[in-house]
Parts: sequence; structure tokens; C-alpha cells
Amino acid sequence: MLAGMTTNVVFGLLRVAILVAALKAANGEIADYTVAAANTYVWIGQGLLGFILLWGTNELAERVRSGDVVVDLYRPWNLQGALLAEDVGRGGYAFLTRLAPPMVFGMLLFPFQFPATAVQWPLFLVSALIALVISFGFRFLIDISSFWLIDNRGLYGFWNVSSGLLCGLTVPISFFPEWAREVLWLTPFPAVLQAPIDVFLGHGDPVKLLLLQAFWAVVILAIGHLTLQRAVRKVVVQGG
Amino acid sequence: MIEVRELRREFKVATSKGLRRNYKTVTAVDGVTFEVQAGEAVGYVGPNGAGKSTTIKMLTGILVPTSGHITVDGVDPSRQRRDLAKRIGVVFGQRSQLWWDLPLRDSFDLLRSIYRVSAEDYRKRLDECVELLGLQELLITPVRQLSLGQRMRGEITAALLHAPELLVLDEPTIGLDLESKERLREFLADINTRRGTTLLLTTHDLDDIERLCPRLMVIDHGRVLADGPLDELRAEVTPDRELVIDLREPGPAPDVPGVTAVRSEANGLRHHLTFRRAETTAAQLITQVVRQVEVHDLAVVEPEIDDVIRKLYQRQLDQDVRR
Repeated sequence: MLAGMTTNVVFGLLRVAILVAALKAANGEIADYTVAAANTYVWIGQGLLGFILLWGTNELAERVRSGDVVVDLYRPWNLQGALLAEDVGRGGYAFLTRLAPPMVFGMLLFPFQFPATAVQWPLFLVSALIALVISFGFRFLIDISSFWLIDNRGLYGFWNVSSGLLCGLTVPISFFPEWAREVLWLTPFPAVLQAPIDVFLGHGDPVKLLLLQAFWAVVILAIGHLTLQRAVRKVVVQGG
Repeated sequence: MIEVRELRREFKVATSKGLRRNYKTVTAVDGVTFEVQAGEAVGYVGPNGAGKSTTIKMLTGILVPTSGHITVDGVDPSRQRRDLAKRIGVVFGQRSQLWWDLPLRDSFDLLRSIYRVSAEDYRKRLDECVELLGLQELLITPVRQLSLGQRMRGEITAALLHAPELLVLDEPTIGLDLESKERLREFLADINTRRGTTLLLTTHDLDDIERLCPRLMVIDHGRVLADGPLDELRAEVTPDRELVIDLREPGPAPDVPGVTAVRSEANGLRHHLTFRRAETTAAQLITQVVRQVEVHDLAVVEPEIDDVIRKLYQRQLDQDVRR
């Protein structure tokens, strides 16, 4: 846990240094980001990363590969729902150990842009929770792709490499050229990370952002549900 | 409890040659029909790849049959998998349904919530299993620290917490030592007779069958070769029995009518007399033998269950060749 926090903070420092240097070169402002907003963006991003668990463990995929997933499948539960519940529980713990520490660190030691209105605090929490659900939805889909692929490490690796850029972790999505920005906001990716940060910073209408997130959460869970059903009906469970 | 008619399951297997990919169809289960009544204990045996696990997966609804009809406890497993899961218990000898890093008790508590068992029933059932399986000291041990035998006792308990009417066991005694096996068998026999829990178990250990299952089903190449009480199968497949006599003094084997073959060992101190169960009784034979020679000890030997099954496979093979 301590090792995780330290790594997280060190990466945060690197990202802050790079982003602030870029801002200074651009006379202190790029798109809707000032130096304080950029610091806030980095520290919230560092916190959310562990909270929503953007890069999962691929554990379910391994269970599919080994056939141990039969044990999960013959239980009288909705597998996706059960795993989501487990992930939300994990989020509760990660809130204390992963989300709060880098945010507090940033607030205390760096220029920080606090929300303009008090209501943004609870809205941010709701937004972060929905982001966790969407992130779970992505991980679940990548995991159960192994029903067809058997070995999903390629897809898993591709997600780990590309998700940072698509979700707004590498740089804020508003730094992208206009066409890319517009295309990205039509996808569910910004809802995983950029949206809660925007709610906190007051970039855009928070209610609209939350509705957009809720929409994507429903869509991705529905796709997960249908895909799992299809996997169980059409695909073979491995192992004797 | 279980009704299976003309059950078939085919798999497509890729046979790649260079870049071209061809598929051939393999039939794992090929027209299996059987019925199991409530309260029965049935052994389901066959060599590796015979189609046992495939059948089990279809019975629990994890695999959809290619064709045929299954009803388990009144429902179609693949259509009402969750509904069925509440009413049956499954134990896979090679997999675990316990949480690897949690103590046994926490795993059981989680299962209680998943199966929505009332606190009172849960306590009663858990106490019973804990007592009969000797789990008292193990409840606070993380599953990863349990030995295989201890873990299997945990697995069986886990499968019984919701008091299923049918318990399906896929190789429950695999890898266990003799004592652990015996303990498990005793427990299973007990819940079968006392609670009336229907048992269906696959195994390669034929002692499991001998101890637990009055009824035996033998499957090979996806087809049922034989189905019936163990004794009947024995009589049907191997009409011979054997009388083993130990003499006081070495000597020639007694010449008794009804004996079809004689095999002697230990320099004539021991003789194996083979006879047909339909034509001669052991009592007749013994009376004759003791008149002729002085017998130190004697025993009537039934063919080993392994022999019975081997002969069943052989018979099927002969039929296939003739066809």
C-alpha cells in the first residue's frame, strides 16, 4: 500500500512538472487550464486512477482460460452484478488509500483549484463512483473476451496502453485538436476519468456530465450482460 | 430428480494446417439417456474423455446441449441456470468454490448471503457439517493454508449450506489419501441415507462406487455402456467367480465338478478354482472340496470392479469392431 502511494505520488510530481512547464511555455494557460487547474487535474487524476482501477488484474480472464469460471457460473447470482458489487467495495477501500491521499497531498503542497460551489464536492463523488462503474464495465468486457480469444493478453495490453490517452489521463482532453476532442466526447472513454475531473474543476455543466456518465454506465453494463449471456450459451467452458 | 433423453453435445475442434483452418466435429456426448430418482446415489464412471464432465456441465446448465432433453429437479438447466443453482450443490474435485485468501468461515458466510440462507438454517447446517467433518479448528484458517483433504471437507460443506436435494460431485476424492477418502465417503453415505440427498458422482476411484453407489453407470465415447446395480453388472459381464483355497500340505488341486479352470501357485499350497455363478454355488463347491483335501483357509472372490468395467469397455470395443 505504501509502495503504491509512493509510486503514485512520484508519477504525480513528474506529470505536474511536465504539464506546468508546458503551461509556462504557453504563457500560463492552455485551453481552460491554468497552473492551479493543471495541478488539480494531475492530483485528482492520480487519485482516480487507483479508485476506478483503470488497469485491472485480468483475474477473471485467467479464470476463463483455466476453466475455473464454471464455479462462478453455477452460482445463483448475476456474475457481472456480483463482481461489480465486489469492485464497488474495493472502491470504498481505495477511496481512503488511493483517492484521498494524492488529492490531499496536492491541496497542501501545490497551487490547487478548489470547487467554486460547495455542491461540486458531492457531485464529484457521484461522478467518481459512476466512473468506477464504467471502468469496471470496460474491464469486465476485456476479461470475458477470453471466452472467445482464450488468451486476451493482447487486448488487455492494448487497453492498458491506449486507455490513458483516450480517457484524459495523459493530457486533458481539451488539449486535443478540436476534431479529436469532438470524436472522443462521443465515446465512453472521457466518462471514465476526464468527466469527474471536469465536475471538480467546474469545466462544463456538471449535471450534463453526470447524465452522460450515467448513460455510458448503463450502456456498457448492458453490453457486458448480453456478451456474458452469449458467451455462456455459445462458447465452451475450458477444462475437463 | 434427473431426466436425460438422447442427450448430445458436439464440439468444433480446429485442425490447423499452415494458414488454413479447418474444423472437425467431435461428439463428446452421443445420445445419452438415463433417469435418476430422488434419493438415489449413482456413480458415473468412464475413462478420461468419455464425456463425464461434459454431461455434468450440461446437467448444471453451464453447457448447452447440441440436442436432446434434460430436466433436473423439474427445470431445464441451461435456461434456468440460476434458479437451478439454488437447489443443487456442485463439488468439483479439481476446482475450488472457496475464497482462496479468506478463512473458511468467511467463505461460508459469503455463500450464505449468495444463496440467501436464513441465519437459523445456516447455523444448524454448518454446525452439523463442522461436527461430522471435523472442521472446528479449521474455520479460522485461510483456505490457502488448508491441505487438500481439509479443503475438500470445506468444499463439501460449502455445497451443502443451502441444503440442496441433489449433490453433483465431479471426482470428489481425487488426490486424497486413504483416510481422507474414507472420511468423505462415510459423510456422503450418511447424508444420502439420512437426509435423502440425491448423489451423482463421477470418479476414477472405484472404491467410491463400491462404498457409496448402489447404482453404476458406465460411459465411454459418449455412450452409456451399462447402467444398473453393481452386483447385476458384475453377474452380467463376468459370469465367473473364484474360490481360493489354501491347503495344509502342498498337493494337487481337488477335482471337483463345476470348476471350469484351475490355477495353482505357491508350489501347490494355493489353488484358484474358477466356476460359473449360474451353474454352481459356492456352498456346493466348498462341500466337495473339503471332502477331498484338507483345507487351511478359503475365500470366495468376486471379480474386482475394475475388471467389470474393463470387460464392459472390451465388450463395447468388440461390438464396434464387428459393426
